[in-house]
Amino acid sequence: MRQSFDDISAQLKGRHRKSARLKWMSMGALGLAGLFLVFFFTDMLIKGLPAFQQAQVQVQVDYNEMAQDIPLAAVEEDVRPLVSRGYLRLIPGRMEDNPDLLGTTRMEWVLADGQVDQYLKGHHTNLSASEESVVDELAAEGRAELKFNTNFFTRGDSKMPELAGIASAAMGTVMTLLVTIAVAFPIGVMTAVYLEEFAPDNRFTQMIEININNLAAIPSILFGLLGLAIFINFFGVPRSSPLVGGLTLALMTLPVIIIATRTALRSVPDTIRHAAFGVGCSRWQVVRDHVLPVSMPGIMTGSIIGLAQAMGETAPLIIVGMVAFIPDVTATFTDAATVMPAQIFTWAGEPDRAFTEKTAGGILVLLTILIALNATAVVLRKKFERRW
Amino acid sequence: MQTNQLILLFSGALLVLGLIAFFMGRAKAAKVRASGTAMYAQPDQYAWFAALATAGPAVAVGAIGAFALLLMGANIPTPYLLAASLVVAAGGMMVAMTQVRPDFHARKAIERTIRFILAGAAMISIFTTFGILISIISEAIRFFQMQSFWDFITGTTWNPGASFLAAAGRAEEGATAAQFGSVPLFAGTFMITLVAMLVAIPVGLMSAIYMSEFAPTKVRTVAKPMLEVLAGIPTVVYGFFAAITVAPLVVSVAGMVGLEASYSNALAPGIVMGIMIIPFISSLSDDVINAVPDSMRQGSLALGMTRAETIKDVVVPAALPGIISASLLAISRAMGETMIVVMAAGMRPNLTANPLEDMTTVTVRIVAALTGDQEFASAETLSAFALGLVLFVVTLTLNMVSVIMIRRFREKYRSNNL
Repeated sequence: MRQSFDDISAQLKGRHRKSARLKWMSMGALGLAGLFLVFFFTDMLIKGLPAFQQAQVQVQVDYNEMAQDIPLAAVEEDVRPLVSRGYLRLIPGRMEDNPDLLGTTRMEWVLADGQVDQYLKGHHTNLSASEESVVDELAAEGRAELKFNTNFFTRGDSKMPELAGIASAAMGTVMTLLVTIAVAFPIGVMTAVYLEEFAPDNRFTQMIEININNLAAIPSILFGLLGLAIFINFFGVPRSSPLVGGLTLALMTLPVIIIATRTALRSVPDTIRHAAFGVGCSRWQVVRDHVLPVSMPGIMTGSIIGLAQAMGETAPLIIVGMVAFIPDVTATFTDAATVMPAQIFTWAGEPDRAFTEKTAGGILVLLTILIALNATAVVLRKKFERRW
Repeated sequence: MQTNQLILLFSGALLVLGLIAFFMGRAKAAKVRASGTAMYAQPDQYAWFAALATAGPAVAVGAIGAFALLLMGANIPTPYLLAASLVVAAGGMMVAMTQVRPDFHARKAIERTIRFILAGAAMISIFTTFGILISIISEAIRFFQMQSFWDFITGTTWNPGASFLAAAGRAEEGATAAQFGSVPLFAGTFMITLVAMLVAIPVGLMSAIYMSEFAPTKVRTVAKPMLEVLAGIPTVVYGFFAAITVAPLVVSVAGMVGLEASYSNALAPGIVMGIMIIPFISSLSDDVINAVPDSMRQGSLALGMTRAETIKDVVVPAALPGIISASLLAISRAMGETMIVVMAAGMRPNLTANPLEDMTTVTVRIVAALTGDQEFASAETLSAFALGLVLFVVTLTLNMVSVIMIRRFREKYRSNNL
């Protein structure tokens, strides 16, 4: 023996040590991915949770004659820069609707300016020293507080961060996804049924299948170019509308639904089809009455996952113009609208630092909805999936 | 009347006609059957045939008319078109009524129609691909009529400059001519993709090795959904994270080692993009590593190799085509990624090898060219389509090579059914 027994033992120990090292390194890699996820969510929560609170101040509002024309006159001079301009603008309208207000003076909780809000949350602001001292006084008296931010969920976009909300973007997302599902689900399921049950096994069918796999891998921005050149320029669909956004997203979601439906159809065992043929059903009757009902849970799960993917898409919608500034919550298919990811994109580009927390808050809302959608899909799959 | 109301009225009328046809057809078929004659189909099927024969031709006429309006600009007033469709519907109903007789195979007729509709739905995916190709190529051709193709591919200066003035016919003397050399843009894309791959491939591959070779089942059931969550986060969220958290982190870490980094450096979007791509690589690699037959592992262990040596010298080389295919797919995904780079990368075309500088990429320029306020026919806007065309060709090639590799891998291991 050229090597002594001890040499061989030492060599073996070294090899086993390397083996253990590989195990720990690969575990570390997985742990790294998990660590990133924790870091990411913690960061988003830290940045975004403050968005759900908005500063309000309790000041004396004097509904006098001058306030009907110059709303600034309704509040005292030292608190004037601290009250939100958006609130002040609404005063003349309220006095018109309710004439009893004229001449009264009340202590009210009013929305504070965005700078006050940022100051109370501990960020650097543009407030002057005197304004800061007024805020400190009010806070000490309990007249300046952070309250739950209902504006975030009920109002649309605004140039003033204290009034900015995601309601218009959420409505735009709902409308766009309605169009997407209405177009992509029928066409996707019909295509998959054709490819799986009816199509003959020739070159033409293979070409369709290759085509669908390619479509699934095309960068999303190219679908935006398609939407711009064909839907907007050729067909004349109104730009920035949920209609054109929904059509573009439908084309993107189509391959996902087709692939998921095909998998669901394939998982139905052939015995069911043969039994149906055996009692005399035609091919369409076999599909409609025996195969489709059984595979429906898988199809729904795939569609929900496709819908969740479509909800997070931004790039193609930016190209077709759905990044408009939408302050009102409208609900038509042909008016300009925006979607939640596009709203997040717009807010992220705002120079005002107060919008950073609004962006993170919007991200938290979007992530919550997506997690809920995916969890629904998983629960549906677990509950209704049949093991053959 | 407005178009929307007209279309609503048309749909309503068609629905009513269809219902009338349905019930009339069913009544007639039931009457024939009640008189004792055997029919080739059920009364309900005759009813559906009648309804289809009413609605189908009407919708077809309407669609053809709409296409004629759009494509050839034929001036058919909408009310006349819809009225013609309704007349066709009524005609169809009468033809259907005459077909409700014992020797007519209604069920076969319906199923032939359904099969035709299904095949039509399948064609829509082909139309989509053609639509993408036509839209990108036609606008790109318009761009290449204005600019030289060779300069576009090999030029190293991207400066659209005053091209929109030239398109408006107000180019001044002495203004610099717009240059559209796309090399800096592709260099930026490749740099960010490279950083992303340096993050994603090691972490993704090692995670896949751990999950398929070492991990207990409990860890697998937790780790797989966790990676799917990584894949499900919208890219705009990743972009925000890259711009607000990662980029300042890179700048401060670079400052600690004495290097100067821009706030729009290429490392931040690269790292975040890599993290986004980890699930792609890990799940695809996991599948191919599991597909390697166990007999190979057991043979190698029986010869006295340790687990690490088995993985390194037997399993991974066997799974290599699949892993490379996964990497190619990931590269194609990274090159086409838009939101992360739009939010975190810079706007300045910069041909450099230093990832700490700010640079811009192809997708950022596409977005910038189409969301700016230039007129649509200017060279800058059309350059977006030219860039899109090159991007499409590159990602398509990567995808096809990846598919071919995975197919060959599957063929190789299909015969080993031990």
